[in-house]
Amino acid sequence: MTTEKKTEPDELIHIPPEMAIAEADVRSEEAGEFVRGSSLWRDAWRRLLKNKLAVFGLVFVIIITVASIVGPTLIKRTFGFTPDYIPSHDLRLTKSFPPFTGPDGEFSWAHPMGTDNAGRDQLARVLQGGQISLFVGIIATLVSLLIGVTYGAIAGYFGGRLDDVMMRIVDVLYSLPYIILVIVLLSMFRSQTPRGQLILLFVALGSVSWLTMARIVRGQVLSLKNQEFVLAARATGVSGPRIIFRHLVPNTLGPVIVYATLTIPQIMLTEAFLSFLGFGVQAPLASWGSLATEGIANISVFPWQLICPGVTMALTLFSLNFLGDGLRDALDPQMRTV
Amino acid sequence: MLRFIVRRLLITIPTILVVITLTWGLIKLAPGNFYSGERPLSAAVENNIREKYGLDKPWYQQYGKTMWSIIGRLDFGTSLRYEGQSVNSIIRRSLPVSATIGILAYALALVVGITVGSIAALKQNSKWDYASMAVAMLGISVPNFVLGPILVLIFSLTLYWVPPSRWNGFPSRNLILPVLTLSVVYMAYIARLTRAGMLEVLGSDYIRTARAKGLSEKDVVIRHALRGGLMPVISYTGPALAFLLTGTVVVERIFALPGLGNYFIQASLNRDEPLIIGIVAFIAITLLLMNLLVDIAYAFLDPRVRYQ
Repeated sequence: MTTEKKTEPDELIHIPPEMAIAEADVRSEEAGEFVRGSSLWRDAWRRLLKNKLAVFGLVFVIIITVASIVGPTLIKRTFGFTPDYIPSHDLRLTKSFPPFTGPDGEFSWAHPMGTDNAGRDQLARVLQGGQISLFVGIIATLVSLLIGVTYGAIAGYFGGRLDDVMMRIVDVLYSLPYIILVIVLLSMFRSQTPRGQLILLFVALGSVSWLTMARIVRGQVLSLKNQEFVLAARATGVSGPRIIFRHLVPNTLGPVIVYATLTIPQIMLTEAFLSFLGFGVQAPLASWGSLATEGIANISVFPWQLICPGVTMALTLFSLNFLGDGLRDALDPQMRTV
Repeated sequence: MLRFIVRRLLITIPTILVVITLTWGLIKLAPGNFYSGERPLSAAVENNIREKYGLDKPWYQQYGKTMWSIIGRLDFGTSLRYEGQSVNSIIRRSLPVSATIGILAYALALVVGITVGSIAALKQNSKWDYASMAVAMLGISVPNFVLGPILVLIFSLTLYWVPPSRWNGFPSRNLILPVLTLSVVYMAYIARLTRAGMLEVLGSDYIRTARAKGLSEKDVVIRHALRGGLMPVISYTGPALAFLLTGTVVVERIFALPGLGNYFIQASLNRDEPLIIGIVAFIAITLLLMNLLVDIAYAFLDPRVRYQ
């Protein structure tokens, strides 16, 4: 058998359910009926749009992501300073300004979030911190996704004794005080470079947050693996790993997306917590967590140094949580727990 | 039931060993040493230190010695930084602080969370429901190290109602802010769990039966619905204990409380190896045993749950 022949039936047989429905949709329109079928995703999207808080979450997440990416450049173009710019004209004048205040104490648009102790613009720093916070959240979630989906799919597909052992391991890991272990890991292997520390953070956070993902994917795979399309794939000689990753995993996408959306804020929160304790992101890099931590020291004199990054982070996490909740309700109305 | 407990204990003990071994391994594999500082030590001094702490012996002897003293004699050794203090005495001294805050915070969270969650479920889709669930989500999203200082700013530094920090024994006004800061997240989670659990139960047949036989709404809710509706809250207690631990770490740092978490962070920053291993081992043992207790309690409360 050539490789060509091997992949062809495989491609033909695998019609995702949403595509099949879309086809039916076209046919009924051709027949002149006024029935509009709708795909799983279109249906879910419509349900999501009805949920006001989820839409607010989606819009805010998009705004904050775009602002974090282009914001620092935009500020540099408009006002001429980078997040690291320290005004050096007169050091005696350098102090923390409240939001919307210029060096002369008058109203000014230059610093909507005020400045920090060194006179750096807070808005630019918060947006740049957003890059790091979101980056850590997303990359660590991808790491946990990679481990969790693979682990869960293998356990679910092969079942039996292997499944027993793999899930028992997950149970045991669940009961570990993993944050404590992450702190030990980060403090012992503290990297000399900020970039090294960031990579350590991805690995540490990703490798402790895949457990729930593995359980979800396993459950899905268990219920899918006895369906006809898997049998058909197996009958045409598709190999085990290929069935898992081409046929089963794509069908678990809904719950996986939902849970990934809820994992991002969790990881961002953990990163902030680690930065607060001094084990997270290192200077000169800054995340919302480390910016807020710097602000705590000056809470009684310059409260905006804590409140600006703190509120930005809280709003982002709030939005991501509501978006995740909304996605869950939209993609799987039966899964409405917690 | 007995078989279940025995089986769980059989898993719990190796798990504790794995946690301790993992911590020990991480510390031994890490670059550097606890005694290495800015200036290099002379060879003679270094040799003396290594001999004193048994670092000149092969690794398996060091490992065996640590494990034996922890498992065999429950002795975690002597701290390297707090001169002459045993790890056991540090744990004994700091545990009451953490436990007080943790228990008070969880109790407060249970009371508020269950009340808010039940009302939200009873008035599903009302303004109250939406408002309380949005506030609960906010409670989950605000990191406690941001919330704590803001509470201090408002209630201590502006209104002068309560002291901003420090430990002052058990009933004292110093406890108000730490307990509040720690409990907000659990309040929020418990409110959401109670709401979900109650909604499920309120639609079930036995509640309809209770209503049909003419029980008052109060009796239906308190004596029948809450019983089933609170099952998710009870099963959340296990994970909550783990979160409570990390929460106390932050709260103890913010409010300068001499608890277990504060000592743990200090030990990690100072590389106080016996203290790190001691606290991790202690936390792991407590956590796993508490989880076991929660599972047993669950089986007693819900007759449908049967463990093989």
